[in-house]
Amino acid sequence: MTTVATQIKLTPEHNARPGASVRSRLQDALPKIVLAPSFAITIVFVYGFILWTVYLSFTNSKTFPSYAISGPRAYQRLWRWTFESDPPSSWYTSITNMGIFGFLYIFICLALGLFLAILLDQKIRGEGMLRPIYLYPMALSFIVTGVAWKWFLDPGLGLEQTLHQWGWTSFHFDWIKNKDFVIYTVVIAGVWQASGFIMAMFLAGLRGIDGEIMKAAQIDGATTFQLYRRIVIPLLRPVFLSAFIVLAHLAIKSYDLVVALTSGGPGGSAWLPSNFMYEYTFKRNEMAVGSASAVIMLMTITAIIVPYLYSELRERPR
Amino acid sequence: MLRKLLIGTALGSGLAFAAHAQDVKEVEMLHWWTSGGEAAALNVLKEDLAKQGFAWKDVPVAGGGGDAAMTALKAMVAAGNYPTASQMLGYTVLDYAAAGVMGDLTETAVKEGWDKSVPAALQKFSVYDGKWVAAPVNVHSVNWLWINKAVMDKIGGTEPKTFDDFVALLDKAKAAGVIPLALGGQNWQEATMFDSVVLSTGGPEFYKKAFNDLDEEQLKSDTMKKSFDNLAKLVTYVDPNFSGRDWNLATAMVIKGDALVQVMGDWAKGEFNAAKKTPGTDFLCYRFPGTDGSVVYNSDMFGMFDVPEDRKAAQVALATATLSKSFQSAFNVVKGSVPARTDVPDTDFDACGKKGMADLKAASEGGTLFGSLAQGYGAPPAVANAYKDVVSKFVHGQIKTSDEAVTQLVNAIEDAK
Repeated sequence: MTTVATQIKLTPEHNARPGASVRSRLQDALPKIVLAPSFAITIVFVYGFILWTVYLSFTNSKTFPSYAISGPRAYQRLWRWTFESDPPSSWYTSITNMGIFGFLYIFICLALGLFLAILLDQKIRGEGMLRPIYLYPMALSFIVTGVAWKWFLDPGLGLEQTLHQWGWTSFHFDWIKNKDFVIYTVVIAGVWQASGFIMAMFLAGLRGIDGEIMKAAQIDGATTFQLYRRIVIPLLRPVFLSAFIVLAHLAIKSYDLVVALTSGGPGGSAWLPSNFMYEYTFKRNEMAVGSASAVIMLMTITAIIVPYLYSELRERPR
Repeated sequence: MLRKLLIGTALGSGLAFAAHAQDVKEVEMLHWWTSGGEAAALNVLKEDLAKQGFAWKDVPVAGGGGDAAMTALKAMVAAGNYPTASQMLGYTVLDYAAAGVMGDLTETAVKEGWDKSVPAALQKFSVYDGKWVAAPVNVHSVNWLWINKAVMDKIGGTEPKTFDDFVALLDKAKAAGVIPLALGGQNWQEATMFDSVVLSTGGPEFYKKAFNDLDEEQLKSDTMKKSFDNLAKLVTYVDPNFSGRDWNLATAMVIKGDALVQVMGDWAKGEFNAAKKTPGTDFLCYRFPGTDGSVVYNSDMFGMFDVPEDRKAAQVALATATLSKSFQSAFNVVKGSVPARTDVPDTDFDACGKKGMADLKAASEGGTLFGSLAQGYGAPPAVANAYKDVVSKFVHGQIKTSDEAVTQLVNAIEDAK
């Protein structure tokens, strides 16, 4: 675009030639024309529907959308359910699970991914083969991961049963059937799936670090630990940002994993807000409550991501 | 550019109109009967209609309880694209009828005398505002025990007549080292069992008041507390690994003889049939102890949509075929349920089916035919799901006492109303 613009400035007689003018103007407008359809589609189907959901959350929509505003009743119900916590309401369970799952999933994936990447970065033989092995779980859908781990963790079928048959009869692992621990099995399966992908991101970041800096530090007498702590990890900051964004949105939209792995857990104890939203909107015919929960999810994400993006992306004085 | 587009669209739709000018000899049906036995049962209807010259356009949406299918239907209806008919359950029919998208089959119904042959309790869901909007396909009843006969003989058990008998029987099985009760730990299965427990504990009158009329006095009564206590008692006979298990896996435990009994609706019989088992010799079917004479039901309906005039003939043909005696008999023999009209001969049915049909007729005449709350026939989905939540949380220990369960139940139902 800039070259086009400079060319126009450099040829003063182009205004006198109508053909060239149309062509150059067309060239100017081309990026806008090309972008316009996808931009319009995004505006309508993402932002338009967000607004529509916000609107619905203030109506009394049941099975079908209704357009008569009836105030913040849906939010009041959610709020009441949040504080009324013994026995936990489905909404309370959903948001506490989101906290547990979101934190552990993002934290463990980042830590494990970085650790694996550092190990793989030691110029070992066969790296070309090891990398896809770690990366491959990401290619599976959450449903497949969920079902596979469901069988593996089921005390009557998987790990526990196998170890019992091998003779370790005191072994006991029934988290997937336990209302207090079932959410952690979701973390296990989720981490298994995503950490390889995060490793690949970190590995790419590690490869991008200038070897000269490392050599200089080594000459100055830095130990390997210091090298990583003081130089490598700080230099990976942009990768952390990308990985965090990817993991955060994976965590928040996790729905299929919970369904395939736990079918909601004993007494609905593995629900995440996305499960709550789908249940209430489409199965319980309480579209207003479902919409309100979706809006709260969006606001929560915004509250976490926006300050983080702001602090990471603003211009830093060098 | 825009004008060209508009003209193109107008031409296109004009052509579409021309193509639809005469009667459409096609039935478009949305359903979730995608498993082997169910698909075979539906074939009976397809062939029936094919003989009359109607093509069948299948819109199958897989997924057990029909949740996915209902989402698909909602999208179709919201877009104004009504199928000829859709498989629907209970209050969903009424919801759609209230939204004004259902057709009117009263003419056909009167001509064929549906109001006399279809039980009144079912008509509550197939007739809206005096108009027939749905054709009931079958009646499932929920309050059954399915027992493995070999295990029963081994432990020397007999048919339990009361709840205490039942507990004694379960104790025998436990002593013999068999899993006494096969239960799937999903909320609808737990609530389905609780339907029977409530009917057994409180009797027919109580069930109706509490679970069909949602009478608060009954919901928080001592009888309801006793029901929860009885449920807690039954849960002690379940193996520790039950949480999240599918219903057909629980049935398989009974078929294989790993477990003695399952409390489940008569769709479980389809699994026994598929495993080539015979009632009386391989397995036994009893009414849940203390509920003999009453039937807690759910029913599959074909909701009939308000289709354009040129598709009406096909819809009427579908409805007539659905309620014909031959289809009702052939379909329900395969499906495990019983016909939705009480005047179908029971010759082709097995022992359990014959008993089911006789029970339905008696319950319909005696006024003891009740919609199952767990299956969405006792109250609208919001209430039914609130109920399932509470039962499930009680079974899995989030709610610890029956007092608390009753309080939660009353609150949840009040909240969802």
